[in-house]
Amino acid sequence: MTATIDAPDTPDVPTAEIGKARRRKEDARLITGRTRWTDNIQLPGMMHMAILRSPVAHAKITNLDTTAARALPGVHAVYTGADLADEQGSLPCAWPITADMKAPQHPSLAVDTVRFAGEAVAVVVARSAYAAADALEAIDVDYEDLPLVLDMESALADGSPLVHPDLGTNRNAVWVFDSGEAGTGDNVDDAIGGAEVTVTRRFRQQRLIPAFMEPRSVVVDPTGEQFTVWSATQIPHVLRVMMALTLGIPEHKLRVIAPDVGGGFGGKLQLTPEEVLTFLVARRMGRPVKYTESRSESLVSAHHGRDQIQDITITATRDGAVTGLKVDLMADMGAYLGLVTPGVPILGAFMYNSIYKFPAYRFTCTNVFTNKTITDAYRGAGRPEATFAIERIMDELAAELGMDPMELRRKNWIKHEEFPFTTVCGLTYDSGNYEAATERAMELLGYDALRMEQKQRRERGDTVQLGIGISTYTEMCGLAPSRVLGSLSYGAGGWEHAAVRMLPTGKVEVVTGSSPHGQGHETAWSQIISDRLGVPFEDIEVIHGDTQTSHKGLDTYGSRSLSVGAIAAVKAADKVIEKARPIAAHMLECGEDDLEWDAGTFTVRGTSNSKSIQDIALAVFAAHDLPDGVEPNLDSEATYDPENFSFPHGTHLCAAEVDTETGEVKLRSYIAVDDVGVVVNPMIVDGQVHGGLAQGIAQALFEEAVHDETGTLVTGTLADYLVPSASDLPAFTLDRTESRATSNPLGVKGVGEAGTIASTPAVVNAVVDAVRQFGIVDIEMPCSPRRVWRALQGVADAEPTAPGPGGGLGSIDANEPQEEVQ
Amino acid sequence: MSDRSPAVAAQPCAREVRSVVAIRMTVDGTQYDDDVEPRMLLVHYLRERLGKVGTVVGCDTSNCGACTVHLDGHSVKSCSVLAVQADGHEVTTVEGLAKDGALHPMQQAFHENHALQCGFCTPGMIMQAIDLLNENPNPDERAVREGLEGNLCRCTGYQNIVQAVLDAAGRMTGRAESDVEPTAEAVSPRHAAPVAGGAGG
Repeated sequence: MTATIDAPDTPDVPTAEIGKARRRKEDARLITGRTRWTDNIQLPGMMHMAILRSPVAHAKITNLDTTAARALPGVHAVYTGADLADEQGSLPCAWPITADMKAPQHPSLAVDTVRFAGEAVAVVVARSAYAAADALEAIDVDYEDLPLVLDMESALADGSPLVHPDLGTNRNAVWVFDSGEAGTGDNVDDAIGGAEVTVTRRFRQQRLIPAFMEPRSVVVDPTGEQFTVWSATQIPHVLRVMMALTLGIPEHKLRVIAPDVGGGFGGKLQLTPEEVLTFLVARRMGRPVKYTESRSESLVSAHHGRDQIQDITITATRDGAVTGLKVDLMADMGAYLGLVTPGVPILGAFMYNSIYKFPAYRFTCTNVFTNKTITDAYRGAGRPEATFAIERIMDELAAELGMDPMELRRKNWIKHEEFPFTTVCGLTYDSGNYEAATERAMELLGYDALRMEQKQRRERGDTVQLGIGISTYTEMCGLAPSRVLGSLSYGAGGWEHAAVRMLPTGKVEVVTGSSPHGQGHETAWSQIISDRLGVPFEDIEVIHGDTQTSHKGLDTYGSRSLSVGAIAAVKAADKVIEKARPIAAHMLECGEDDLEWDAGTFTVRGTSNSKSIQDIALAVFAAHDLPDGVEPNLDSEATYDPENFSFPHGTHLCAAEVDTETGEVKLRSYIAVDDVGVVVNPMIVDGQVHGGLAQGIAQALFEEAVHDETGTLVTGTLADYLVPSASDLPAFTLDRTESRATSNPLGVKGVGEAGTIASTPAVVNAVVDAVRQFGIVDIEMPCSPRRVWRALQGVADAEPTAPGPGGGLGSIDANEPQEEVQ
Repeated sequence: MSDRSPAVAAQPCAREVRSVVAIRMTVDGTQYDDDVEPRMLLVHYLRERLGKVGTVVGCDTSNCGACTVHLDGHSVKSCSVLAVQADGHEVTTVEGLAKDGALHPMQQAFHENHALQCGFCTPGMIMQAIDLLNENPNPDERAVREGLEGNLCRCTGYQNIVQAVLDAAGRMTGRAESDVEPTAEAVSPRHAAPVAGGAGG
């Protein structure tokens, strides 16, 4: 059920496969267990590595004795930071957001100081994973505690302990965007000074953990002419470049393979200490080495996400026209910088204004080091935080003005006839129709009837109150135009590469630089190229994830695969057709201008004489009779650099019931109407939205990475870090509207992150809406029963922000046992 | 923190680690005789000794369910069972479901309902879902959600998994009456009767 707003008007877009809910090619192996996860790999002579991790958050290593471990049966070697200091280099940060950014050394193995609990301090190499784990127990380490700092405001205070004393500060960088200075809008201070209405709020983006289901694993084989690295990574191509640069390995001596990869969500967008250490150990020993993390290791050492404090000021006229938006952000880097750590909050900088016509805007972000696990990309990366803040404060402004929150949005959003629209941040949104998506969502929810029920429940003092949460979101994805990334000091471009190879029998290989880990690229790319080349869906093989076979690419993150990677494949297919054209003309004994191309066949205009692309592929293979000067090859490559981001949008509505006696939140219905442009495979798109919603809802209600006062992660298992189960989530109601993207030939926009970006504020807005009558204007995430109940008791504001751990093994709170066992 | 699993951590690294126990079990229809360390987890035995890598390890606290297999027809998390505890028993993994090239109805339902994305949780999810239907051949949506709560998925939001299980329930109850559904019998003889008797969807 998709309402088409802008009818496709581009004649060169075929439609046979695009739009079809093709069942996935990928499934056959995955449902039968014929899988190639990195941890499945067994190589002759392979050894197993295990990592000893620091139990303390900030300390000097005063003694590290590996003698007993080294003596155990089956143990080949034990290495410490001192052993590898000369060759491990510093893990890279590819996004120096400002010229004066403070970047610390980032060792894979701590040399003399540990700066977060979970940091690697020694590695064991043994004949089996069990033997390696045994040997960890026999390593003796003495730590001398150093003063630690865990929260950002303390870290910025004078006299704070320093995570990196050599940097002289815990302030990593300060990054500012000011629409007045940029010339894209007015000065926000003027707006605030003259405001009729001003609302300020502090929102806390709790620390999250990507929690991909497949723990990270890496195998390094040093026995060939090249080093071969298999890794559970989203980014085999970036990994190759970064590993070469970090370790000084000649790039052509490295081959990186991402075999089956079990989810990523940004969490596998990294060059990890574990990858470096496995490589170094394998190189030293001259034998293949495998390292697979446990879940507990993954939760404490794989990068985390979010962890920001947002101070938001919005101004408006009394009748509800927004006039200014000021954002002061603090973003927790953790103890070091990962690949794009400092840039994650900057990805949100251009999205706080969202779909609204703010005349003035300023964004200031202060990045801070603390003694915690590093943060980096997690699904949405900067944009969920921005969307949360603006959608939450629009509700707060509506309450201040006494307006319906949807009415306030309607009054301020970009109208469909105003596209393309250049925002106060200088971005040009190419297409969209917020009215249509909203109308459909309100219809599906039964908005007016629920408002009536809400009123009745309030009037009769029902113990279960109803709230309606709105999120009219947009996001920028499809990362990204290279020149834009350059202007933001990002360390790479945003293009993507593809090749299309015509085989002699007419079958087709599509090589893509995108690197899927669950998204269904093999199916979607097959659909797209089937239409483009007029060859059957089944005749197309999609090749990816190996720097040897797909030699060039920038991989998968930022909802970029379809809107950048697939467009590269389209461009390569178009080149195949153009290379085939003179050959077809030669075979058909006509001029090229007399040929018509349609559905995989060149036909001489006005006749039935034709040659299919498969006929031509065979003729090229034989090469017996080609036109003079034409090479016997149809294969083509293309590298596509997008001209703009893609801007999916939509309206999400959440109806939540809050039990005022227990604080429990129950999602009664969740409506997501998304506009992701042209849809290649509606089944896959729905699946992306479902999963995105689950993660966004989980931030609103369940998940939080909690460190105690010693810096220990107390949500270090899946019993404590509350990834939702099927019984925790409702069924979602989905629909779509369609505004074609004008920035690419398929009219597609990204969809990978949209559900996560949109859903968190929809849920929290619903919870707050249910209890606003009691004077509650915010509840920090996750809105656990305890938090909601405390807010209802009026004690929320007096409580420190540090929450209790989750509901599992670690949930007994020693400080407040009576609270937990009641 | 450095422990690879609770079972491993519980064992001292002393001489008895080398002691082994003889076990015999049938896995996916093939009988195996092996000597294993008493501490070896069933999932590690399946993966590392038998090469049954279709069954995977997703956590170390038995929360995620990715390693779910059937032990004598009942779902178990194979990270929570020692290989020696499976001695004399019959194990079915996701690799043993398809018969003569025909997918199990649950596998088919997962494919047709797009109930998987990355596929890492899928083997365990499928094994648990089959067990769920063996216990309750005609569950409603809530029963499916609760029956799967020991199996985590990070990709799908569960919507299509739930749909797939409901779809499979229809397929399996429909087929069970005519006794053409071989896997339900092979995997779970004790539950064959309820499956057949529960036909109605």
